[in-house]
Amino acid sequence: RSRLQHPPTEPGGTDKKNRRKMAFTFAAFCYMLALLLTAALIFFAIWHIIAFDELKTDYKNPIDQCNTLNPLVLPEYLIHFFFCVMFLCAAEWLTLFLNLPLLAYHVWRYVSRPVMSCPGLYDPTTIMNADILAYCQKEGWCKLAFYLLSFFYYLYGYTHFSTFCVILKNVQYLANISLAFKFFPFLSLNNKLVYFIFFG
Amino acid sequence: MGWVERGLRHGLHICIRISFCTFHFSNPLMASKHCGDTSSSSTGSASPVPNNYDSLEGGSYPDSMPPSNNMTNQAPPIGCYSYHNMQSAYQHGPVPHSDASPSHNVHSQPGYQQYSQPFPNLSQLSAALGGLSGVPELEVDALRPVNLLQERNLLPSRPLEAPEPNLSPDLKKVNCSPQTFRCTLTSIPQTQTLLNKARLPLGLLLHPFRDLQQLPVITSNTIVRCRSCRTYINPFVTFLDQRRWKCNLCYRVNDVPDEFMYNPVTRSYGEPHKRPEVQNSTVEFIASSDYMLRPPQPAVYLFALEVSHNAVEAGYLKYFCESLLENLDKLPGDARTRVGFLTFDSTVHFYNLQEGLSQPQMLVVSDIDDVFIPSHDSLMVNLKESKELVKELLTSLPTMFSQSRETHSALGPALQAAFKLMSPTGGRVTVFQTQLPTLGAGKLQSREDPNQRSSTKGVQHLGPATDFYKKLALDCSGQQIGVDLFLLSSQYADLASLACISKYSAGSLFYYPSFHYIHNPAQLEKFQRDLDRYLTRKIGFEAVMRIRCTKGLSIHAFHGNFFVRSTDLLSLANVNPDSAFAVQMSIEDSLADSSLACFQAALLYTSSKGKRRIRVHTLCLPVVSQLSDVYAGADVQAITCLLANMAIDRSISSTLSDARDALVNAVVDFVSAYKSSVSNLQQSGVVVPAAMRLFPLYILALLKQKALRTGTSTRLDERICAMCEFKTQPLPQLMRMVHPDLYRLDNITDQGALHLNDTVVPQPHLLHLSAERLSRDGAFLMDCGNVFYLWISKCCNEMFVRDVLGCPNYASIPPNMNHIPELQNPLSERVRAFLDWLQDNRAFSSSIHIVKDDASAKATLFPHLVEDRSDVASSYQEFLQHIQQQMSK
Repeated sequence: RSRLQHPPTEPGGTDKKNRRKMAFTFAAFCYMLALLLTAALIFFAIWHIIAFDELKTDYKNPIDQCNTLNPLVLPEYLIHFFFCVMFLCAAEWLTLFLNLPLLAYHVWRYVSRPVMSCPGLYDPTTIMNADILAYCQKEGWCKLAFYLLSFFYYLYGYTHFSTFCVILKNVQYLANISLAFKFFPFLSLNNKLVYFIFFG
Repeated sequence: MGWVERGLRHGLHICIRISFCTFHFSNPLMASKHCGDTSSSSTGSASPVPNNYDSLEGGSYPDSMPPSNNMTNQAPPIGCYSYHNMQSAYQHGPVPHSDASPSHNVHSQPGYQQYSQPFPNLSQLSAALGGLSGVPELEVDALRPVNLLQERNLLPSRPLEAPEPNLSPDLKKVNCSPQTFRCTLTSIPQTQTLLNKARLPLGLLLHPFRDLQQLPVITSNTIVRCRSCRTYINPFVTFLDQRRWKCNLCYRVNDVPDEFMYNPVTRSYGEPHKRPEVQNSTVEFIASSDYMLRPPQPAVYLFALEVSHNAVEAGYLKYFCESLLENLDKLPGDARTRVGFLTFDSTVHFYNLQEGLSQPQMLVVSDIDDVFIPSHDSLMVNLKESKELVKELLTSLPTMFSQSRETHSALGPALQAAFKLMSPTGGRVTVFQTQLPTLGAGKLQSREDPNQRSSTKGVQHLGPATDFYKKLALDCSGQQIGVDLFLLSSQYADLASLACISKYSAGSLFYYPSFHYIHNPAQLEKFQRDLDRYLTRKIGFEAVMRIRCTKGLSIHAFHGNFFVRSTDLLSLANVNPDSAFAVQMSIEDSLADSSLACFQAALLYTSSKGKRRIRVHTLCLPVVSQLSDVYAGADVQAITCLLANMAIDRSISSTLSDARDALVNAVVDFVSAYKSSVSNLQQSGVVVPAAMRLFPLYILALLKQKALRTGTSTRLDERICAMCEFKTQPLPQLMRMVHPDLYRLDNITDQGALHLNDTVVPQPHLLHLSAERLSRDGAFLMDCGNVFYLWISKCCNEMFVRDVLGCPNYASIPPNMNHIPELQNPLSERVRAFLDWLQDNRAFSSSIHIVKDDASAKATLFPHLVEDRSDVASSYQEFLQHIQQQMSK
């Protein structure tokens, strides 16, 4: 079964060292990486939406716009492909399964691209067609939604796997901080901020 | 019957993917309208563009201006028209030609009777009303349900006219000519929902730079435009008072500038509504420097000629040089005009024509991987200063390469060189190519499998093999260079890839399959004629065209040769008078709050004399809320042309069979939509409104075109060329190609003839394109747009053969005769007057082929008889039955 369903280990168990090891699994690393990369993909999607909006409202020349958009297509697809492979290696089947449709879509989209000598998808001669423009805009919004949802999903997955570690660390920090307060009362002004940084 | 099976399999779902715009055209149908207009034609002659060409072709009906001396022929007393008098009118001679055509046939063809009945009464009524309110009756007629399975005689006696929008006479008078601007629906539906219900596409067909014989040109310091949407002031704006006008596109209220208060035509002050801008829907402004990004460019022409062994074999060079020598002084331009030449085989050759040289110098660049320009200022030279050198070069060129053994062709590098040469100025590049480019950048491989030419499975390789030509074309377009391609190839030359160079740089394409100067005289003749027109026709440089429309309407897609720079702006490096554009529209917001919808096309260009000009066309159409009104105003020809354009796009982006299915489904959808909209319709069968009664026929004709047919052997290049023609030809030309006009000539008479200046032009009736209309004893003329076929049957009237063809009998007619001798007898004069009249109405003159009733007719004439069944395609009746089957599913 997927690690997601694994019951979280209780803090304050007997063998701290072992649990700590378990918490830093490869899966947790994958989720952390995916989290960061998805944040990047969200920026890609926003950029994409803005670019097509600019086209629609006549601010930009389609040739320039395609020249800026085309180099971003492959990196986006590769990033997504990359963490799909990571999830495959981590045997995160559910997550992989959720990502497969998008992966398949990317493959289909790139295979059916117009004849082009440079990497990319967008052809300045057809992009102004209302159908294509609407399609690309819709694609942008759908992807943005997907990436946002998966961002929170990865966040959940990451915290899930690293809960133990986080709690452990928090306990340590709390201990340290309370220790520090004992010895250095003048820090009490800052402690809210410190606390906020770690737990906010 | 391939499509039947496919259609059955694919079913209706395919059509759902096509979003059609609806358009509405008021039914041109014939007679009633024409009659109704007769009385108003006097006002018509005072119309904004009193254009002879218009009055001939589109502005008003050809027959509608009978000079008074012809009154007996043309305008019988109104009473004669009523139905009970028809018989006597028929027997006693002078029968009004135009409207009586259906009645002519009353006796011989019973099918007509039912059809023709409404007309006499209607025409009588509208004639009596003097065009004041002929419209409701016209609409009734346009909406009359026609059961296509029963009515066989659908064609009007004269070629179909554009329907007139249902507008007030004042607006009608100033509206744009349908030759220039045509909408598929001459009554615009109020909402997208209504448009979807009608199942017809909404779109415009534009011919913005067409040759006009009269055009108001306005020079003024301020060009009055709407301050928010930048619409040019036009006849359809409203003046709230003397100082303010309301834009008809965005409804903003603008001030009238002081200068506009003065009318230079009448030299009066305070009458802004009498200014020419407000009196004419087609005007041209001389633009100020606000409309320039740089000083207007001179006319610059570069000719790139292929001189490989293959090109020398084809032998075009000599004829090109002759033609250019002859037309050198007629090239559009002024004292600044510049020309240049380059030739290429496996290397690129430039010609130094600098003034002062004793003879042209040839500079060879053999590094085709990185072409450079050997000399920067002496290759493009001022025509006036270097005319002698240019002439010398043109005289010596044909012989220079006669010994060439070089078989390769480096078209890509030559185009790159041309781009570099022209970049500083912009202008026109004319490329002559005779084979597949085999060297350097942009080289291509043969992709055609001759065994697949007649496959019914679908056609591969309709798209380009490389984006080299497209990218180069975009670069050219950016530098205001238009590239025109003449392809004179006997082998496959991958036109699908090569055509991109013209398509995206707003150029034009000419294709001469199997060109050879000895073996194919017909192509040679066509080449020479096209060249004459091409070299001397008007040209506009560094042009852009913007299409604006009333708030609520938006542009969906464009068709034609151009680069789309933004949602409503086309970038046209060159603009020529022979290319047309199509625009698909959609309705974004309801148009309920206005009764009129307007479209404005503004073409900003630099004339060959270096003047920046703006040509503005404005079209005004009524907005309707009833489905029946939408149908009443449907323009079947425009709909067919727009659907053809959409089908071409579909066949390239998807597959050919998908496009064909979509076309069939367009008919099925329309017929079903009409059926469900008319609740009291009891008839079974294929019932359509009279305005659209030719729709299934035209779609069937489209499916049998070279561009879209399957099963019949079609070379890939010819198919691609036909597709390109669909996208760029103006509507009348396209319609003649799709559905040729067939006339019987051996019994041609002056009855109902058109009187133009001094000549009498007979007007024979149109015949259905079916072999059953051809008789064994007649001579028939088929007008296919770019070619005429004169079919002489075996038992043809000897007098016709003798008088018109100058041959003693049928047997002595030579096999490849392609001219009509000028003989002095009435029959010959009539035939020639008619042919000349047909020729006058088109830009490129068409060649005429005399076809005898033998095997050659099978290859040339019979494929155009679209109503008949062929080996692989169904007949019109079968097609209708297929439609019926599809509907009942």
